[in-house]
Amino acid sequence: MSQNNSQSDSIQNPRVTWEGCSVLLDINDGDRLVFARLSAGSTLKIGNKTYSLQPLIGCPFGSLFQVENGDQGHCLARFVPSIEGNNIQEKGDFESQDEIKDNRALVDNNKAQSLTGEEINAMRSQGATGDEIVEALIANSATFEKKTLFSQEKYRLKKQKKYAPKVLLRRPFARSICEAYFKKYPARIGFLRVDALSLLLSMANVSANSDVLVVDMVGGLLTGAVAERLGGTGYVCSTYLGSTPYSIDIVRIFNLSNEICKRIVRSPLTDLSLSQNGTSEQIHQQGDEINQQGDEINMECLSNNQMSSSVGMEEISPTENDTSDVISETTVSPVNKTGKSTKAGNKAPKQAIDLWKENGFSSLIIAAPELDLWSLLKDLLPLLANSAPFAIYHQYLQPLATCMHNLQLGKMAIGLQISEPWLREYQVLPSRTHPCMQMSAFGGYILSGIKICSSS
Amino acid sequence: MLPIDPTKKISFTRHICDGDLVVVYERHDNMKAIKVCQGSVLQNRFGVFKHSDWIGKPFGSKVFSNKNGFVYLLAPTPELWTLVLSHRTQILYIADISFVIMYLEIVPGCMVLESGTGSGSLTTSLARAVAPTGHVYTFDFHEQRAASAREDFEKTGLSSLVTVGVRDIQGEGFPDEFSGLADSVFLDLPQPWLAIPSAGKMLKPDGVLCSFSPCIEQVQRACDSLRSNFTDIKTFEILLRTYEVREVKMDCSQGDEAKPGSILPRKRPQRAIEKGNEQDKLSSQTVMARPCSEAKGHTGYLTFARLKCLS
Ligand SMILES: C[S@@+](CC[C@H](N)C(=O)[O-])C[C@H]1O[C@@H](n2cnc3c(N)ncnc32)[C@H](O)[C@@H]1O
Repeated sequence: MSQNNSQSDSIQNPRVTWEGCSVLLDINDGDRLVFARLSAGSTLKIGNKTYSLQPLIGCPFGSLFQVENGDQGHCLARFVPSIEGNNIQEKGDFESQDEIKDNRALVDNNKAQSLTGEEINAMRSQGATGDEIVEALIANSATFEKKTLFSQEKYRLKKQKKYAPKVLLRRPFARSICEAYFKKYPARIGFLRVDALSLLLSMANVSANSDVLVVDMVGGLLTGAVAERLGGTGYVCSTYLGSTPYSIDIVRIFNLSNEICKRIVRSPLTDLSLSQNGTSEQIHQQGDEINQQGDEINMECLSNNQMSSSVGMEEISPTENDTSDVISETTVSPVNKTGKSTKAGNKAPKQAIDLWKENGFSSLIIAAPELDLWSLLKDLLPLLANSAPFAIYHQYLQPLATCMHNLQLGKMAIGLQISEPWLREYQVLPSRTHPCMQMSAFGGYILSGIKICSSS
Repeated sequence: MLPIDPTKKISFTRHICDGDLVVVYERHDNMKAIKVCQGSVLQNRFGVFKHSDWIGKPFGSKVFSNKNGFVYLLAPTPELWTLVLSHRTQILYIADISFVIMYLEIVPGCMVLESGTGSGSLTTSLARAVAPTGHVYTFDFHEQRAASAREDFEKTGLSSLVTVGVRDIQGEGFPDEFSGLADSVFLDLPQPWLAIPSAGKMLKPDGVLCSFSPCIEQVQRACDSLRSNFTDIKTFEILLRTYEVREVKMDCSQGDEAKPGSILPRKRPQRAIEKGNEQDKLSSQTVMARPCSEAKGHTGYLTFARLKCLS
């Protein structure tokens, strides 16, 4: 089928990986998240072993892999789960037997496990699979039988993560990319939570054929998310103050086709402005300083991840947990040659700029935590078509309040609203449903509104 | 409503024409969708507005009545449509809608199944997300509702992206012709667990399903039936808190006649206060924000799940 071809361009929404494709690897149920580009040479390190990612090429997204001891050593192999769930989240048939058991007799000391480290290593060298080791650990646990079914399952999962890690192949979408960054590096995306991002896209009416103006100082997440919705039509124009564009590195993690990448362009604000005036000069100087700062930060994170400009592998793993002895740093895959993809973020072509000057942009989204919002908005609003919606993200309320007030005074926009999304996840299990114990308490603020014709 | 036809796109040069759908904005909580018609008038508490006065004006214009009252004429968007559509059922609002679109991973070209159609509030945003090449097939067992929804999509210019079918989805499931073809499925049904097996059949492997239910018992049963074929099952609740903004005059004097924290009405901004005014030195003006006192406390639970990838 054509989906296995390396040219993703003809297919809007591929569901099978190809060589050169960007993927999100979810290791052990979200314990570790790694963005990688698949190639014959790319590898993933789990524990102290390095695995080739080659077996993942040509597999459907959503497939699960586990470590196998083959004749050529360890490798990742496709694991097809049973129809029925095989972990606690997905199993719900044990509540009744469970009610009679409790954990009063349970004493947790280190003596419960009689299998020693050496014995486990011996099993390994004799070619035991991870699952066999987990079973052995359970069989040799003095306390396992006394645990409630619930904690038995927990114990099994914990050991599974350590001895039989699973890798889930996921599509890098705005949703998963935003969630992964929010979990591990929230500062790099300006603490923009996925529900806030989704609101920005709706409030700015991002739709096929629209020309969306963005100020993206959240690493390219916003630009990529808009481009994903445009699907190769219209334009997303990422504008910047000063002379250096803001980093849009995150765009490379999205699996955007060449068609879509061509629609991601960048332009300094001075080129877009209908006319130049004195006040904007000053702002642009302010912008220059910020850009420089931004560059340093980018350099830093590039060298941290040893990312060369054409490699899109980034490690996102949460804080240390009990599996960290097994799961440590990943190696970075070698530069991928097939990724000769069109570069996203080229300079906006002159014809496009002329058209925007003539027609105005269809909408505006700002996520620029480091810029003075009001002076920025004063410069950007005139570039929007009349009746165009806009949405501005900020992690602080005050700058948005000031903007809203000024827009009201200046009668520049209507339908103005500051909103803050609140998102709560639930655990839903038989007789055990309740809101999750941990939640993100803050996802940012959004000022939205609609530009109106100036009264003059 | 959508720039599927680029000539209809809003721009500096696009003017309101006879036959356009406009959203008449009185206030943020008072809007109305109207089809512009040369000979017609709009009558409201501000007076009489002639449609003929609107034609040729840009979207976003302020237009006046015979009594000098005014309204704004806006280009319709799915967000505005949700606020002006006629409620034939309970509907989804922006917070739930935008989260659903994001979580269902809907992008241009996707094929999406939905039931029930209800008032078509969500459907409108689904259509925007799949445009220009995808399609939404939406089903409701209520014939009249389906017909009204169809009329609405005609009015909003979405009919090429949406097909409305009359069908009992809980009883019969989605039509077999869509088996294995859906990128995403959305359910807003009283007993979603009855439709979940069919939804599983319709989805492509790794495709995402969402079920919206106001009651936790519905969620409980939906999740029970999801566990066999789906993975990554997650339930959320999303709400919006809105803020009001005021310019407040803060008193800095220690005098007796101080009126602390007097709030300046938003309508009468005191911008040009004469210099040297004694009063002015003793007070400062600050823009402040606080949450609005009233908010929706609950809409529904959103349960998402991904079809297991078994081949
Ligand atoms: C709450 S409304 C959906 C509202 C919609 N989500 C919106 O945003 O406008 C639920 C709809 O489901 C329809 N419905 C209920 N049971 C159904 C069934 N078995 N098959 C198809 N539709 C059904 C009802 O007629 C109703 O219109």
